[in-house]
Amino acid sequence: MVGAACALYASRAGLDVRVVDRGPVAGGTTGAGEGNLLVSDKEPGPELGLALLSARLWSRLGDELGTAVEYEPKGGLVVASAPETLTALRAFAGGQRRAGVRADPVPADQLASLEPHLADGMAGGMHYPQDAQVMPALAAAHLLRASGAPVHTGWTVTGMLRTADGALAGVRTDRGELHAPAVVNAAGTWGGDLAALAGVRLPVLPRRGFVLVTEPLPRMVRHKVYAADYVADVASDSASLRTSPVVEGTAAGPVLIGASRERVGFDRSLSLAAVRALAAGAIGLFPFLERVRALRTYAGFRPYLPDHLPAIGPDPRAPGLFHACGHEGAGIGLATGTGQLIAQTLTGKTPELDLTPFRPERFDNDGSDTGDSGTDDSGTDDSDAADSDTGESDTDGGDTP
Amino acid sequence: MTERAHLAVVGAGPAGLAGALAAAERGVRVTLVDAAEQAGGQFYRQPARPLGARRPKALHHQWHTWERLRDGLERHVSSGRITHLTDHHVWSVQRAPGPSFAVHALLGPAQEEGVTVRADAVLLATGGYERVLPFPGWTLPGVVTAGGAQAMLKGGLVLPGRTVVVAGTGPLLLPVATGLAAAGARVAALVESAGPAALLRHAPALAAQPAKLAEGAWYAGRLARHKVRVLTGHTVLEAHGTDRLEAVSVAALRRDGRIRPGSAHRVPCDTLAVGHGMLAHTDLAGTLGCTLAGTEGTAVRADDEQRTDVPGVWAAGETTGIGGAALALAEGHIAGRSIAARLDGRAPDPRSWAAAARSRSRLRRFFTALDAAYGPPAGWAERLTGDTVVCRCEEVTAGTVRTAADALGAGDLRTVKLLTRAGMGWCQGRMCAPAVAGLTGCPLTADRRPFARPVPLGVLAGLPDA
Ligand SMILES: Cc1cc2nc3c(=O)[nH]c(=O)nc-3n(C[C@H](O)[C@H](O)[C@H](O)COP(=O)(O)OP(=O)(O)OC[C@H]3O[C@@H](n4cnc5c(N)ncnc54)[C@H](O)[C@@H]3O)c2cc1C
Ligand SMILES: Cc1cc2nc3c(=O)[nH]c(=O)nc-3n(C[C@H](O)[C@H](O)[C@H](O)COP(=O)(O)OP(=O)(O)OC[C@H]3O[C@@H](n4cnc5c(N)ncnc54)[C@H](O)[C@@H]3O)c2cc1C
Repeated sequence: MVGAACALYASRAGLDVRVVDRGPVAGGTTGAGEGNLLVSDKEPGPELGLALLSARLWSRLGDELGTAVEYEPKGGLVVASAPETLTALRAFAGGQRRAGVRADPVPADQLASLEPHLADGMAGGMHYPQDAQVMPALAAAHLLRASGAPVHTGWTVTGMLRTADGALAGVRTDRGELHAPAVVNAAGTWGGDLAALAGVRLPVLPRRGFVLVTEPLPRMVRHKVYAADYVADVASDSASLRTSPVVEGTAAGPVLIGASRERVGFDRSLSLAAVRALAAGAIGLFPFLERVRALRTYAGFRPYLPDHLPAIGPDPRAPGLFHACGHEGAGIGLATGTGQLIAQTLTGKTPELDLTPFRPERFDNDGSDTGDSGTDDSGTDDSDAADSDTGESDTDGGDTP
Repeated sequence: MTERAHLAVVGAGPAGLAGALAAAERGVRVTLVDAAEQAGGQFYRQPARPLGARRPKALHHQWHTWERLRDGLERHVSSGRITHLTDHHVWSVQRAPGPSFAVHALLGPAQEEGVTVRADAVLLATGGYERVLPFPGWTLPGVVTAGGAQAMLKGGLVLPGRTVVVAGTGPLLLPVATGLAAAGARVAALVESAGPAALLRHAPALAAQPAKLAEGAWYAGRLARHKVRVLTGHTVLEAHGTDRLEAVSVAALRRDGRIRPGSAHRVPCDTLAVGHGMLAHTDLAGTLGCTLAGTEGTAVRADDEQRTDVPGVWAAGETTGIGGAALALAEGHIAGRSIAARLDGRAPDPRSWAAAARSRSRLRRFFTALDAAYGPPAGWAERLTGDTVVCRCEEVTAGTVRTAADALGAGDLRTVKLLTRAGMGWCQGRMCAPAVAGLTGCPLTADRRPFARPVPLGVLAGLPDA
């Protein structure tokens, strides 16, 4: 998704673009996640700024590509089951509002008018009209197509080409060389490997998530609905399983429930514990789901960086290399803004957001090397402390508050 | 006190039954879990009666085998060695620490309630299912699968006087056509796309199977007796009708799979039974992490002892590749013996199952030859009109699938699915994947289907700890 958005905005900025992927279109995490475009779960800060920019761009693409990418500006509804949670949610939304987010309080007695099938007894909620949705695989395919860029699927990047002075001059692949003065690393969860080919370190790690898909239903869930518990419960992050699923109906009928979060490396095997937690969370919000059948579940690996912010922009350690990866649980939502910012830096313009928080070299002095395993069962990951401080990256930036 | 080792067998067809009995006879406690109301699987569930007293030796032999299995099962069930759980639909088999396994099933026809069986080892004997490739008109009422026609037969739903065409490819069409004719239907034609030449080319392997040949010859005799027109090297081009099936057009195929010009003609009928061979059920094995192998990468890989590459998991019968009831029996028997020894901490002695191993190799050779002889006609995918529905669950047409492949660059089944929804519905692509593969030229790879059956979220939420 991120690569497709970079291709689209770069070619619209007048550049000659080629896209290389070792797999098919949307064969990475993009084809294994969900398409929530959320601002609701982000606290004020650089990620929210990127999310708001992205939301505007998505809405424009929605007008352009319409139903082809199943863009739906359906809005989000965050519900609080207990009064304390509601208080925390209100405070959180207050900060968001000052940053430009629209957040409308929904009293308990009006929840049913927004979501008729929601469980009884909720304390109240918050409506976020800017939250929207796309179908990620379709979005990636259609953005690529709209970019007009030649797409080389099935080509694996195996090395970087360099000029005499050491700047990048393109990529080497298993099917030949591609010459270009700029290379954009949009390799998602594998972005660290690609960076290593250019001789630089970028500690991108996988964070597994499962999504449950039900049988097709008539529209029973109208918004993106999730529990606000994470706002009050920010201290509980660990490497172990976490779930507080977003429940949403889709244009095609099935209800999607996602997603869990675990740091278990690239282990794709079915975790019934994760799936059980998703099902229980969803039934807690919508009791009617108890009898609804899940047709399938799938797993994907979110690309995350230790501070839970993506890497966006030029890499001073490797001239000619630009990064656009590490978007964790929000790469679909943040793709458009990322693409726009990359296009601006590629064409020498001043990017419309400050890229300092997204600097790719920001981990050079963090002392820790998270290595390449991506597995951390100990629950003592440094980044968890950061999560707890901000209470924000915990929300996984979009798919799993 | 050490409890007796416990084996869970999923599937009570020939393979599962043979495996359960072989293990139980050697002291293993067995739970036999099966979706059907009674044991027997696809083969022994067939009505034996209509075949009457004229069953040839080969079929008599199979009938005796069935009686032996059924009696053995009854004996072990009454002694408590085997627990037979009927109407249990297994949706997942989970590996738990130990190592042990949790077999998760849904109860009864409603499949709303969950139950979990724990075991030290698992034998997967889930058999296969029919492959049906689309053609214009195939969604009309009156078009059924060959296996479905067999089921109609069993339920007494085939009214004498109905006019049926049996079509497609593969050895299953013969018993289906004769069964229907014997039950009083008028079988207007048996349309087999494989030509007689293709079958002859494999004569050496076929000749090594006198019993199977006898079966074939017997069926041919039955067809002649019922005046069934047998059209080899032919295919159904289209099913016609407004509200339901009224006729099919049938044409002759050239060697290269193209239609012989001028050969198309209409055959009036009210039922069309179609099948294009069988595919293995691999969902449970795939989720357990077993390597899938086979000609199309769509069957469970098992070693000489019928072990998969996941410790504690065995597989036998058509889940390891399509090969008929006798092969399923041989594999199940070997698996049961291997399991009994391995659960006892011993390496089994393959000499003890030498006879079963011999028939296993013979039958596998035979079915490899059959596979090569029977196959969908080369040009079938090109003949699909753009508006032909390919994925019935999600109503995705051939045109949409072609666009995904040509304009959006989908080069594999998963990408086509993501871009078109073909294979995302109730059947999770079990039905349409072969068609989508054919249409797009993608290889038919086994899809991940973590749930072998749709599972109520309430059952998931209430799962016990692993
Ligand atoms: C369960 C789950 C739910 C999610 N839900 C949401 C959500 O609701 N909203 C949201 O915004 N985000 C969500 N996400 C996150 C989102 O899916 C990701 O952030 C996003 O897909 C990342 O996109 P990407 O383009 O960076 O990576 P990818 O889609 O993984 O693309 C990277 C590509 O790089 C290619 N590649 C890697 N190495 C090489 C090489 N050497 N040569 C050539 N090609 C290479 C790969 O083949 C791959 O196609 C979810 C993720 C998961 C797992
Ligand atoms: C119409 C038809 C005619 C045939 N005619 C012949 C013939 O003439 N000669 C011949 O040799 N062969 C014939 N066969 C093939 C023969 O039926 C099979 O080769 C044989 O039954 C395979 O045995 P099996 O034990 O591997 O699987 P099956 O007999 O298919 O048994 C599998 C069992 O597993 C159960 N099962 C599957 N999945 C699950 C699950 N998730 N949970 C619980 N239970 C499950 C099924 O209900 C079934 O009872 C015919 C098949 C058909 C369909």
